[in-house]
Order: sequence, then structure tokens, then C-alpha cells
Amino acid sequence: MTTATDTPQDLTAEQEQFDRLIAEDSRIEPRDWMPEAYRKTLTRQISQHAHSEIIGMQPEANWITRAPSLKRKAILMAKVQDEAGHGLYLYSAAETLGTTRDSMMADLIAGKARYSSIFNYPARTWADMGAIGWLVDGAAIANQVPLCRASYGPYGRAMVRICKEESFHQRQGFEILLELSNGTPAQKQMAQDAVNRWYAPSLMMFGPPDEDSPNSQQSMAWNIKRFSNDELRSRFVGMIVEQVKTLGLTLPDDQIRYNDATGRWEHGPLDWNEFKEVLAGRGPCNAQRMERRREAHDGGAWVREAAAAYAAKQAAKRADQRDMTVKAA
Amino acid sequence: MVSGSQTGDDGSKAPSAEQPDHPTAEPWPLWEVFVRSSRGLSHVHAGSLHAPDAEMAVRNARDLYTRRNEGVSLWVVPASAIIASDPDAKGQFFESPQGKDYRHATYYTKSEGVKHL
Repeated sequence: MTTATDTPQDLTAEQEQFDRLIAEDSRIEPRDWMPEAYRKTLTRQISQHAHSEIIGMQPEANWITRAPSLKRKAILMAKVQDEAGHGLYLYSAAETLGTTRDSMMADLIAGKARYSSIFNYPARTWADMGAIGWLVDGAAIANQVPLCRASYGPYGRAMVRICKEESFHQRQGFEILLELSNGTPAQKQMAQDAVNRWYAPSLMMFGPPDEDSPNSQQSMAWNIKRFSNDELRSRFVGMIVEQVKTLGLTLPDDQIRYNDATGRWEHGPLDWNEFKEVLAGRGPCNAQRMERRREAHDGGAWVREAAAAYAAKQAAKRADQRDMTVKAA
Repeated sequence: MVSGSQTGDDGSKAPSAEQPDHPTAEPWPLWEVFVRSSRGLSHVHAGSLHAPDAEMAVRNARDLYTRRNEGVSLWVVPASAIIASDPDAKGQFFESPQGKDYRHATYYTKSEGVKHL
């Protein structure tokens, strides 16, 4: 058993052990000592990520009943179910840091917690299901693959599971756009319109430019983040600039170019004021998303209560039976 | 020894699998999930989840961890029932392998070249 009292000497030894594990590119596990700031950063990042998955169910769930075929409905349901699963994997990982799931949920419901800005944009047409899969899930994958190697073990393990499942999401989105693009002129126009609307918001998913992202340095020093926001964004631009050709569509940005000197893909300016506004709760759908989440939470309360009541009743029955067996003996 | 992993994945604080007195007020207990991916392999830890009782835990585990045929069998264990070794006592608890090369086949080199050995 360890004692709860840490002398300064112990703390130094613990800090050294932590620093050594990070320097070796090893993993930190839940019962290991870790700096409070590391725990806090991870709790915030993982819970925000979990909230994003849960809120992210909404734009697509809206389209399940209107998906154009039974197959498309089934695919969309599977995808939305995956998002719920991803949220649950991540809440589990965040919980190992010592914050209960109920308190994370309460923060989301109370509007105290953040989630990805991208889910505050509306999904207007069926083509948006394609653009969300291709661009939004594509950007998410570009961001998440390096997180599989995050220094915190449970986070990395959750990300491995998530990344395996995300690739289906991106491909199904690409296929939706490809089919529309090869359809009637009106369908092709709908696909192009969706790409035009989702392009900039998906690039902003990588977070602010490196010079405005003060926490990135520390996250990289801790091996939570492996690449900077701009580096990941540039890589993503390089991928989609090729993929869009297969789609027969265009990206709404005439400034995309490969910079030989920096080895990076460059893109046109992004509206970071819009990003800040959306994060601050003033995006097109923030209120609607939060309202829907609260309704779902309140609407599900009786199910949670009934399940807990049933479990308590069964447990009481089992206890009675044990008592009777003891008496009989 | 450290008993009762309670935040999952070998963590350290949180609700236990004891049934709550006030079902609506208490959070559901935490369960650790183990999946056997195919016959002939052991169950491997997949993750954790919350559920009000064992039966719901198994059903939730199926929906959460086997959506793509990942398993042929599931175990759920109340996280509070897991007893873990203490990571701080690593040095003392796990005997040092130093000087014990003879526990490995590679230590014995004189038989080099002898077949089926």
C-alpha cells in the first residue's frame, strides 16, 4: 500500500520517473504519478473529444429518415452508432484520470464544456452527409491517427479503436459525393455546394494557427500531441487536393499550393473570427445542438431510473435468497 | 496490493459495483470488459463501461465492443473487484531479472547446431 503523504523528496523522484517515461516515449498509465497540469490537460482534451462525438451524432441523425435508400439509412445508422461508441470509449479514458462520467455529462449539459466547432454548422442537404464523411471525418482522422501514440495509455488505446472505425466513415462520405457528382447536373451542383460549405470549417477543425495556439507546445513536450495544428492542416490539404479530382469537384480555394521551401501545402486565409464566435457559442447551430442534447438527456432519465430500480430490486431479491439459504442451513 | 480499480482501466477512484441505495441519485457502477476475439484465444481487456447490473453490462458490452464481429465471448467484471499490483512498488514486487539469464533458452549456447533442440 502506498501512503497518501508525499514528502517533497518523493515528489521529485516521482517527477523524475514521469519525465523518464516521457523521454523514453513510453506510456503513462492511470495509477502512475503524473503532474497535475498533465492530468488537467488530458481530462479537458479527452472529455472535449468525447463531447464532440456525442454532439456529432446530431447533424447526421437528422438525415437518417431522409436518406435516399434503405441501404443508406442502414449505413447512416451504423455511423451514428459508431459516434456514440466513440464518445463512450473516450469518456472511459477520461474517467481513468479521476473525473466521473456524470460530472463530465453535467458540464456538457450545463454548457460549461466545449466540443468541436464543426458540429455547430447545419447539414442542409443529403450531399452534406457526403461532405461531412469525406471532409469532417477526414480531418478527424488526420488529427486522430497521431493521437494513437499519445503518451497517456488509455487515450491512445481509445484512439486506436476509433481510428479503425473512422475509415469506413470517410469512405462512405466519399462515395456519396462521387455518386452525386456522377448524377444529374443538379445533383452534381448539390455535391459541389456541400463541399464549398464544409471546406473551410473542416480546415479549422485542426485548431488555431501555431502562433495562436499557446498550449500546443506543452502538449507536444508531453507527447500528447505529435504534430502542430498547421502541420496537420497542411497534410490534410495535400490529401484532399488530390482526392477532389477523383470526385470531379473543386475546392473553394484558389490559393492552394505546395511550398517547396517549407515542404508544406498552403491554403487561402481562414476566418478565425468565425471560429472564435462558433467556439464561444455563437455559431449557426450551437443553441439547437445543446437544446437537443438536453432534451435527449432529460427524455432518457426515466429509462436510466427504471434500469437502476430494477437492478436494485434484483439485488435485494438475491440478498433475501442468501439470507434464507443461511437460515435453512 | 491495491484493491478495487474504480475509474476503469486500472485507475484509482470512483463508484463501486455495490448496488446504489437511491437508484436515481447514484451513478451506475463501472464494469471492465474482456473480449475473446475467436475460439482458441484468451479474453483480452477491451475497455470499460457503466451499467446498472451485470446483465445490462453484458448487453452494453456487446453493443459497444463487438459491433464488427470482434468477439465470440464476453466477460464483464465489476471494476471494484479487480485487485491490482502497486505500480510504485514495481522494483520490489517484480523480482529483478538481472543475473538470471539462465531462465531463457538463449542462455544455453553449447548446443548450437544440434538439431531439434
